Amino acid sequence: MICLPTPDAAILERRASIVHALRALVAQGNVIEDELRLAAYETDALTAYRQRPLAVVLPETTAEVAAILAFADREGVNVVPRGAGTSLSGGAIPAADAIVVALGKFNRILDVDYANRCVVAQCGVTNLAISHAVAGEGFYYAPDPSSQIACTIGGNVAENSGGVHCLKYGLTTNNVLGVEFVTPQGEIVRFGGKHLDAGHYDLLGLTVGSEGLIGIVTEVTVRILRRPQTARALLIGFQSIESAGACVAAIIGNGIIPAGMEMMDRPAIAAAEAFVKVGYPLDVEALLIVELDGPAVEVDYLIERVSEIATQNAAAGIRVSASERERLAFWAGRKAAFPAVGRLSPDYYCMDGTIPRRELPRVLREIDSMQARYGLRVANVFHAGDGNLHPLILYDANVPGETDKAEAFGFDILKLCVDVGGVLTGEHGVGLEKRDLMTYQFEPVDLEVQHRVKHAFDPSVRFNPGKVFPTLRRCAEQGREHVHSGAERFAHLPRF
Amino acid sequence: MVQDSERAVLRPRDAADLAEIVAGARGPLEPVGGGSKRAIGRPVEADLLDLGELGGIVAYEPAELVVTARAATPLAALDAELSAHAQRLAFEPPDFGALLGTSGEQTIGGVLATNLAGSRRVAAGAARDHFIGFNAVSGRGERFKAGGKVVKNVTGYDLPKLIAGSWGTLAVLTDVTLRVTPMAELDRTLVFTSATPAASVAILSAALGSPHDVSAAGFDPALGSLLRIEGFAPSVAARADALCGELSATPVGVFDGAASRQLWHVHASAVALAAIPFVWRISVPPADAPAVLDKLRPQRYLLDWGGGLIWAGFDAFDAANVRAAFGSGHATLIKAPAAERAAAVVFQPQPSVAAAASARLKAAFDPRGILNPGRMG
Repeated sequence: MICLPTPDAAILERRASIVHALRALVAQGNVIEDELRLAAYETDALTAYRQRPLAVVLPETTAEVAAILAFADREGVNVVPRGAGTSLSGGAIPAADAIVVALGKFNRILDVDYANRCVVAQCGVTNLAISHAVAGEGFYYAPDPSSQIACTIGGNVAENSGGVHCLKYGLTTNNVLGVEFVTPQGEIVRFGGKHLDAGHYDLLGLTVGSEGLIGIVTEVTVRILRRPQTARALLIGFQSIESAGACVAAIIGNGIIPAGMEMMDRPAIAAAEAFVKVGYPLDVEALLIVELDGPAVEVDYLIERVSEIATQNAAAGIRVSASERERLAFWAGRKAAFPAVGRLSPDYYCMDGTIPRRELPRVLREIDSMQARYGLRVANVFHAGDGNLHPLILYDANVPGETDKAEAFGFDILKLCVDVGGVLTGEHGVGLEKRDLMTYQFEPVDLEVQHRVKHAFDPSVRFNPGKVFPTLRRCAEQGREHVHSGAERFAHLPRF
Repeated sequence: MVQDSERAVLRPRDAADLAEIVAGARGPLEPVGGGSKRAIGRPVEADLLDLGELGGIVAYEPAELVVTARAATPLAALDAELSAHAQRLAFEPPDFGALLGTSGEQTIGGVLATNLAGSRRVAAGAARDHFIGFNAVSGRGERFKAGGKVVKNVTGYDLPKLIAGSWGTLAVLTDVTLRVTPMAELDRTLVFTSATPAASVAILSAALGSPHDVSAAGFDPALGSLLRIEGFAPSVAARADALCGELSATPVGVFDGAASRQLWHVHASAVALAAIPFVWRISVPPADAPAVLDKLRPQRYLLDWGGGLIWAGFDAFDAANVRAAFGSGHATLIKAPAAERAAAVVFQPQPSVAAAASARLKAAFDPRGILNPGRMG
């Protein structure tokens, strides 16, 4: 059970006057205070936790954001920034004494600049909309988090979002050139632009991945790339996790960085195949999807090389996509892995640790033995190229105590990731979810240094309270209210 | 100006010793690895913190694409170890020894602290993009760590980004972890004739906007437009041919392998400007480069990063003219005699809100202001 911060009673009492003041700062109808409409903002994709905020404000311009933040600073009111609310780590979950600054009205692409190979978009533009805006000219924006049809570019910046292609093309931070940023004091500033690197401290680099703790990003400049001419994939089965892991290491050892390299274990394969029926082999312990992109001559050459490497590493079966349709079919099962696992069980809990790849067999063995201890099953999907592991813990929230058990199991897995030399989160962020585990990965002095960075921007600690850093506040037992998968938020979003 | 011979030299044996020295320091300290970049930035009057003992590769597993080394590991030693496993640092660190007339050996800590990148920056990112974790000693003399040793990590603030390019003013690195990438099987550089910077930037831009994965795009008025394609041999040949077709141009020179690598190393290290006393490194939106050059009128210049990086050399010092020549971007005075650097604004002045945030960050890491004070002025 993760505690939400105890609200400041004095702020709660001033709710009416705060709402009144906010109304003067934005256009009519852009302050939400009624319980019914606030309900839409009470959680994100970490749906086990819910909290209604003091109010939600929907600014339409950067000047309005600045005015809201200056007001909140003057009045000592907490602020929770929000994009599409698709965070899997609770990054956008409100606090009871905070105003949510929801940026959905920042939905315009401001500049498509092919000469400088970049796009300038307001923060509420969806990740996929950027690629759509430049698709006609053959370009795209490379980072592709699985929620890309809904998640916003501003949220991607806050979380430093990844995606299945980030081994080759980098995370958000490697693809963002600049931001317009509003400080917690309501000052507007630009970090970066259409040029590369910083002339002084890299405040842009610090902003990316800061999880809404140091300010609000209102506009983002991203670099765009030409879409690769072709992509093909291999589907490779293995009789052991060890040989699949050895194959991945050998592919990279041969100097090949695939566009995507995904692994699934036996339970994940079975769940996916039962769900989408794309012809995954059911008699293997591990399945690897390797995607190669680029000019046809390169892709054809590398398909051969990877096939040879797989054969040398005891592959139990190799299929090569012969058409775009077949390539997409290979992916369909992997991309449906989360909902497929969701069919096996009323609820599942998705974890997100990163490990050194060599530790995969050991980590999976230990997760296996934990299953017996917790009496819960796990299916594993793995971004094999970069060591980012997504164990999916199956549980039933209707069974008393099982939610807590699933959470404890998940935390044990993340601690295991740290124990083998990895980290708590590869792409979902710390947020609310992993906040209390930060002391497991970091020493007090490391967290103190991070706190000081936060204080350099937000000295009164009002931005996104209760996230990322453990606090000593008393636990108010409010907040968690489980909703079954049937009523899940963003049930339509692919998650992988 | 204080001569080196008049300064105290502190030589920590290890990270614990370093922390003790910093915690106990009563005056400013200038952290020095190999000393190759000491002639960049405002001269610092401080005791020398000689980090030469903090060298050596700590852990390298090629299959994990990650290497950890002590900060003062010579870049050449790291490069040698990586190339023995057909890997490399993708950001292609330049070497300003010839440009600056210095003889110090670069260290990996110095490369990261200055966030310098060579020509592959345009495709593969800068030092910051490959710097994934570190141990360091802050200006308070406390040992701390940030980031991690795996390539995909979003746990906590991305402090490697902040430390990269902070020129030793926030913390002294002791161990660094970098992401490495496989070496290309073949690299090929195509040289095209371009009469003007505008004609060159048009070619560079078309090439970088093509699907042929151009990994470097520069212009040397003495040579022409330079484009590099790297990767697996059959792919390089096919992409180079396709690119020439799309550009409707025939290269006047083709360099493969070692010749190509040498060409880009010399280009990115601005060796052509070695005889010129004042040299600026200017980052702008690539398409702005021709107009900026028109205003700058340098004695000698080079373009890199598709036009996004301008190297401009002048016989006389005129910072106001240089900084007035561009809108968005930044200019750093990379080379000038010490007396001029002491008086100049060497790094790009920040807007007031960013400057205030930077000052608060400096105070957070180094409240006594003892690490390289004034260096980034």
